[in-house]
Amino acid sequence: MDITSLTLTQTLNNLKNKVFSEEELNKAYVERAKALNPALNVYISLLEPYKGLPMAIKDVLVTKDIRTTAGSKILEDFVPPYDATVVNRLLNNNISIIGKTNCDEFAMGSSGENSAYGDTKNPWNPDKVPGGSSSGSAAGVAADTCLFALGTDTGGSIRQPASLCGVVGLKSTYGLVSRWGLIAYGSSLDTIGPITKSVEDASIVLSWIAGEDNKDSTCSGSYKHDENKLKKGIKDLKIGVTRAHMGEGLDEGVRRTIQTALNKLEDLGANLVEVDLPHSKYALAAYYILATSEASSNLARYDGIRFGGERELFGDEVKRRIMLGTFSLSVGYYNDYFAKAAKVRRLITQDFQKAFEKCDVIASPVSPTVAWDRGANIKDPLAMYLLDIYTITANLAGIPGISVPAGFSEKLPVGLQLLGPHWSEETLLRVAYNYEQATDWHNQKPELNFENLVIKN
Amino acid sequence: MNIYEPIIGLEVHVELNTSAKMFCSCSADYFGKTPNTHTCPVCLGLPGALPLINKKALESCIKVGLALGCKVSNTSRFERKNYFYPDLPKGYQISQYRWPLCVGGKMEVTDKNGNTNSIRINRVHQEEDTGKMSHIGSVTRIDFNRSGVPLVEIVTEPDFRDTESIRDYAKKLQQIMRYLKVSNADMEKGDMRLEANVSVRKFSTNYDLQPTTRPLPPYRVELKNINSFRFMVAAVEYEIKRQTEALERGERLIQETRGWDEDKKQTYVQRVKEEANDYRYFPDPDLPQFDTDNTWISTLKDQMPELPEEKTARFVAQYGIAEPNAKILTDTKEIGDYFEEAARLATEFRINPDKIANILINKRIDRDKILPANLIKILKEETDKPVLSDEELEKAVRDTIKENPKVAEDYKKGKETVLQFLVGQVMAKTHGQADPKETTKKLIDFLQRNR
Repeated sequence: MDITSLTLTQTLNNLKNKVFSEEELNKAYVERAKALNPALNVYISLLEPYKGLPMAIKDVLVTKDIRTTAGSKILEDFVPPYDATVVNRLLNNNISIIGKTNCDEFAMGSSGENSAYGDTKNPWNPDKVPGGSSSGSAAGVAADTCLFALGTDTGGSIRQPASLCGVVGLKSTYGLVSRWGLIAYGSSLDTIGPITKSVEDASIVLSWIAGEDNKDSTCSGSYKHDENKLKKGIKDLKIGVTRAHMGEGLDEGVRRTIQTALNKLEDLGANLVEVDLPHSKYALAAYYILATSEASSNLARYDGIRFGGERELFGDEVKRRIMLGTFSLSVGYYNDYFAKAAKVRRLITQDFQKAFEKCDVIASPVSPTVAWDRGANIKDPLAMYLLDIYTITANLAGIPGISVPAGFSEKLPVGLQLLGPHWSEETLLRVAYNYEQATDWHNQKPELNFENLVIKN
Repeated sequence: MNIYEPIIGLEVHVELNTSAKMFCSCSADYFGKTPNTHTCPVCLGLPGALPLINKKALESCIKVGLALGCKVSNTSRFERKNYFYPDLPKGYQISQYRWPLCVGGKMEVTDKNGNTNSIRINRVHQEEDTGKMSHIGSVTRIDFNRSGVPLVEIVTEPDFRDTESIRDYAKKLQQIMRYLKVSNADMEKGDMRLEANVSVRKFSTNYDLQPTTRPLPPYRVELKNINSFRFMVAAVEYEIKRQTEALERGERLIQETRGWDEDKKQTYVQRVKEEANDYRYFPDPDLPQFDTDNTWISTLKDQMPELPEEKTARFVAQYGIAEPNAKILTDTKEIGDYFEEAARLATEFRINPDKIANILINKRIDRDKILPANLIKILKEETDKPVLSDEELEKAVRDTIKENPKVAEDYKKGKETVLQFLVGQVMAKTHGQADPKETTKKLIDFLQRNR
């Protein structure tokens, strides 16, 4: 049996039935991760656990006594004295940390190319980007180097790499998962969620990490994994489709794939309804003002005095966003930029509220294109920002979203995005589960011919 | 004729005496502690740490606001004040800007001419303290024990006209803090820190403008980082003089920040307006806006003690004591409580409260040792002492001399030391009712007469 190809759900069953031991499980994953990491560059730190459920943690989540870099040179030697709440909760659920995954520096990026520790490669084609910023987490799960992974999503950083790597990625409702121990980028937008091999896995992991935490005053609510609720059908559910996410700029192959997925949802008994998100066109501008403003303040602590290196170690994209945010908050510009962006944010939230009066979830592509060539957009940050247009609205509104494998275009995975109202994870996962089980996409694995993986840093 | 009028506003920072810090559970009691022992990821600004509001600190801040007659805002929130300094671990201070906890109060102060003026309080808001730097030779060390200790900032309108008012304001503020038990308000320890904004307004008596409609000067000088109250007063005095003289010479003054040089006894420029910080305030996304519901506020009101001003007025009305005396007896809550307890008992025993007031003010009574009840007992014993009539005393003196002829003889022979023995005999005979002085006088009288 190929242990590493199993989902979390299958693995838990096998462990329960003593088909294999935790030691065997860890050994299998550690071997595979060690073998693949030089080529894929999934892990910044790779560990060798021998018991527990071997999973990976994005390197923006602090782990006690395990170096945490946030993908930045500035934190190259930073060993946190405490665990993030999510890490703590996972440890209480018998996980073992197989590694800290590569990511864009301070989670700023959509391709994984902004890491100070080198690019992560897409397991489906190493010449392509894996997406970002949770690049290592998505690629690591897609390549079966871990049982599941945690990612963070500030503008699409879980869903987009999950889509580009053909795995499940869930962005939780803002506030459902504690941010204590998450190295902040845009605090009012930052969320944590699972990247998994199946929808049911995502539901299980979410139930482990979600819920109120007295260390984060923006955190509340709870989530319970319920197999029966997940497996309930989706007959008569209303699924919104919006022109805002299906129009100009959408790659034809991706559009066709998503259209097929929508037809499948209809086949399963759901009704498609058209919904309008009129302010979506302002989302990108608002996002890059709000996120960078908060980032300019959040990153002020990296002064090299108490921990970490000098400020000059910041990468270009991080410097760019610090400058952009500092400008937006400056006297004389605050009202024109930050305050206006906050207004747009409220309008986008209202757009969703109105849309969800007409439907239960909204379905759309995650990314307007499949994974692109490494290096293709790195010189043009604005072109790269534009690729976030379908994901950032969920962060601005604080609503949950999921990416579920929906097929292929140009031999590369395409993810179907489902968005729901605040705290609607149950419905979201239910729709995703029904879709997943009615299709075979989640069973497709990248052909990782080890000899073909050439290290190109 | 030109008149030069000082215009002064104050910003006072008061460090609260809560047990925990403002946004974490570290002990806020940092004074004299081993450096960097009261720290955690939050107050060290480590990556991933998040602040949590200390509700006790908010309650203290609200009490200060209420004591100063402020309105407590229905909703309030924290913002980030961004600036770089090594003692500021997050690179921003969590403070309040657009949504302060309390707004619009006032305080009555007395100026150098003895006139009472009302100082308007613009706001009372909550924030956190920074770490503390010490420069040892070429090395700078930072202690983060103070980082995140709760501070209340009290900002006045530019309503002060002289330093006597500032003195009175600071004293009253300190008194209120101690009454509320929210801070020790010890200026030497840095529990209470003052910053002053000073400018001088030139106006002509020819213009018939009311003081309230005179425009404020187009500049102001901020006096900052002066950590002694005495130096602050000196700095304000110096500034008033410097600015007045400059205006008299027809110079234009500019917005700047100044410090105090105690050796030269003068202020010096620290920063001019062009270099001023842009703090880039914005709402702290880690701390959601919060409501102050009425039940909470009224509970806090109920917890508040009677404040010095009301107490003074009540003492005058209730006990018929003079206002200056009442002021002394309300200087601290403790002496006020002592007086009241003693006065209550005094009334029961038909002792005039005024007598209690005078004893407390004029005699140094160790209030820790002599409880109010003890004090009343002592007074009562004094008043209960039956007074010996002149005849009774004279009889006792005569009898004593008669009963001690040998001693009387000795005295007459010039042995004056025996007098004490005779006084003792008289005292014994009168069961201690005789006054020793009076007895001595009478004894001498009789002995000499019978010589």
